[in-house]
Amino acid sequence: MKAFTVHTGIVAPMDRANVDTDMIIPKQFLKSIKRSGFGPNLFDELRYLDEGQPDADNSGRPLNPDFVLNQPRYAGASVLIARENFGCGSSREHAPWALEDFGFRVVIAPSYADIFYNNCFKNGLLPIVLSEAVVDGLFKAVSGSEGYALTIDLEKQLILTPDDQDIPFEVDAFRKYCLLNGFDDIGLTLQDADDIRQYEAARRESSPWLFNAG
Amino acid sequence: MAGKTLYDKLWQQHVVKERDDGTALIYIDRQLLHEVTSPQAFEGLRIAGRKPWRLDANLATPDHNVPTTAVERESGVDGIVDPVSKIQVVTLDSNCDEFGITEFKMKDQRQGIVHVVGPEQGATLPGMTVVCGDSHTATHGAFAALAHGIGTSEVEHVLATQCLIQRKMKNLLIKVDGELGKGITGKDVVLHVIGIIGTAGGNGCAMEFGGSAIRSMSMEGRMTMCNMAIEAGARVGMVAFDEITAEYVKGRPYAPTAAQWDMAMAAWKDLVSDDDAVFDKVVEIRAEDIKPQVTWGTSPEMVTTIDATVPTLDDARDSAQRAGFERAYDYMGLAAGQKITDIKLDRVFIGSCTNSRIEDLRQAADIAKGRQVASSVMQALVVPGSGLVKAQAEQEGLDKIFIEAGFEWREPGCSMCLAMNADKLGNGEHCASTSNRNFEGRQGYGGRTHLVSPAMAAAAAVAGHFVDVREF
Repeated sequence: MKAFTVHTGIVAPMDRANVDTDMIIPKQFLKSIKRSGFGPNLFDELRYLDEGQPDADNSGRPLNPDFVLNQPRYAGASVLIARENFGCGSSREHAPWALEDFGFRVVIAPSYADIFYNNCFKNGLLPIVLSEAVVDGLFKAVSGSEGYALTIDLEKQLILTPDDQDIPFEVDAFRKYCLLNGFDDIGLTLQDADDIRQYEAARRESSPWLFNAG
Repeated sequence: MAGKTLYDKLWQQHVVKERDDGTALIYIDRQLLHEVTSPQAFEGLRIAGRKPWRLDANLATPDHNVPTTAVERESGVDGIVDPVSKIQVVTLDSNCDEFGITEFKMKDQRQGIVHVVGPEQGATLPGMTVVCGDSHTATHGAFAALAHGIGTSEVEHVLATQCLIQRKMKNLLIKVDGELGKGITGKDVVLHVIGIIGTAGGNGCAMEFGGSAIRSMSMEGRMTMCNMAIEAGARVGMVAFDEITAEYVKGRPYAPTAAQWDMAMAAWKDLVSDDDAVFDKVVEIRAEDIKPQVTWGTSPEMVTTIDATVPTLDDARDSAQRAGFERAYDYMGLAAGQKITDIKLDRVFIGSCTNSRIEDLRQAADIAKGRQVASSVMQALVVPGSGLVKAQAEQEGLDKIFIEAGFEWREPGCSMCLAMNADKLGNGEHCASTSNRNFEGRQGYGGRTHLVSPAMAAAAAVAGHFVDVREF
């Protein structure tokens, strides 16, 4: 996993609530057996005017000029701001894979669906929760200033705005540690292999029916 | 000291190790695998040179991509026309073969939708932790199990370590007391709940369904409710253990027998929330208030009752929902104030991990019996949840009832719930669907989904528009 320390990037606004993972990456693209290459189909149904197909060339497809990521002012954006309950619905990790593959490193929203939130951290993508009022302020700032960029400092847990404001944010200590170091948490869990074996042995003893084959 | 909730107990029983930062290593008793969210997890194991921690904790079956016509299914995986879908199913087969994981392959009668197969096999048992790379894993909580969906990285984590790193959630109780009216099912209850608390109402919570109406509900009804806990934002849905749970589990292939059964029953009896347990939040609902539900919009919370009209902007709770309503009217081709019974259907889908079990099919068949699908309906599909559900339905003659009424009787799979196979809606088509999500494009590009119970879907197929199943 890519480590995340400090990131500065252009902000793109996704001004709708309850953006679901079907919207982030429609189901036909879930047929891939890879982890990469989902970026061109991020927000496919909003981004293009036709229906996308997996494994197809997207370069000649008609773009929806009204969609935010198609507007030149947001070219190269790597910070996405969104409204409440971002990432609801399906557990597909293809959603953070698509955001990351497109170039996003940070999402900022008032709230997220639990599974999506969790999936982001496994993929070097930082989901930040800020109050609705602060997020709303960011939407206004972005629309008012072309090229609006934010700097996100994970170590300090601060967002730095162009007008030198510091916005603090919360992040779970363990997730922060993994993200800062780019750690894959399987390796960390396996450091506790003895504890797992001990628990398992006790469980096999007390609840043997959980270990039956069909 | 206050008593414990069912979730508190299940959590506590599975803690391997608590960490200083408030997270815990939680042991996973069962992982279900399917073809869509597992290939990258197996690939991760291979790259890292890791082996599955405990093979017999895993059970796999392909479901999302499998075709549902008898002709295509005849030749198993070779019958999958779409080459991209085929690769995914072939990959699951080869991964399970390579790592030694039990898989019910396409030609196996036990194949089906993971969330139907697990309970049906007794592979889902009370007191277990159950995970799967699918958000509808909450279904298994109906067995007083702690079950939730995970992403692919966590699928790999569970394969490699048999554990997950978790933070304890909050306790939410949905208490439904009283008696459900005639024709009101678990589907109507859960849609009613989502209508009240919203799609984010359960975020961060483990949601237990309790109250007298739940106690008298069948396992199928309970599974339908827990299945859709995620549509209210709760990763976990649960129902306490009781005689109905035991009755369902007994005699299934993976279920304990003889002395182990008695041992298990003694342990399972405690899988209830204590009378003095404290929940962070309680939502009380009167069963008598629940009417047949129909979603009109593009989020499960955009739901109303069969006798109502499409809500107006004045009904929205805030500006975000107003904006959502406006987009939904446009996408769904509906007007505020329009009667729900005036919505005409192009297709009908009875199936999915929400509603494809034997009781669901019986309820739909009851309505379909001796009637005909309206000529204006292009297609009405019935897709059983597993090969065993299909066989049971055929033994009861339900297939004949459906076929005579003009429904198509298909092979098991996820089918039109998310249209990863050939079963999908055309642009602009309205569908009465027993599935779980009415998101934009979910059932096909430009498709318009209305979520309902199996009986409501069957009635809509016959009438060609939504009708009140209580008056049918």
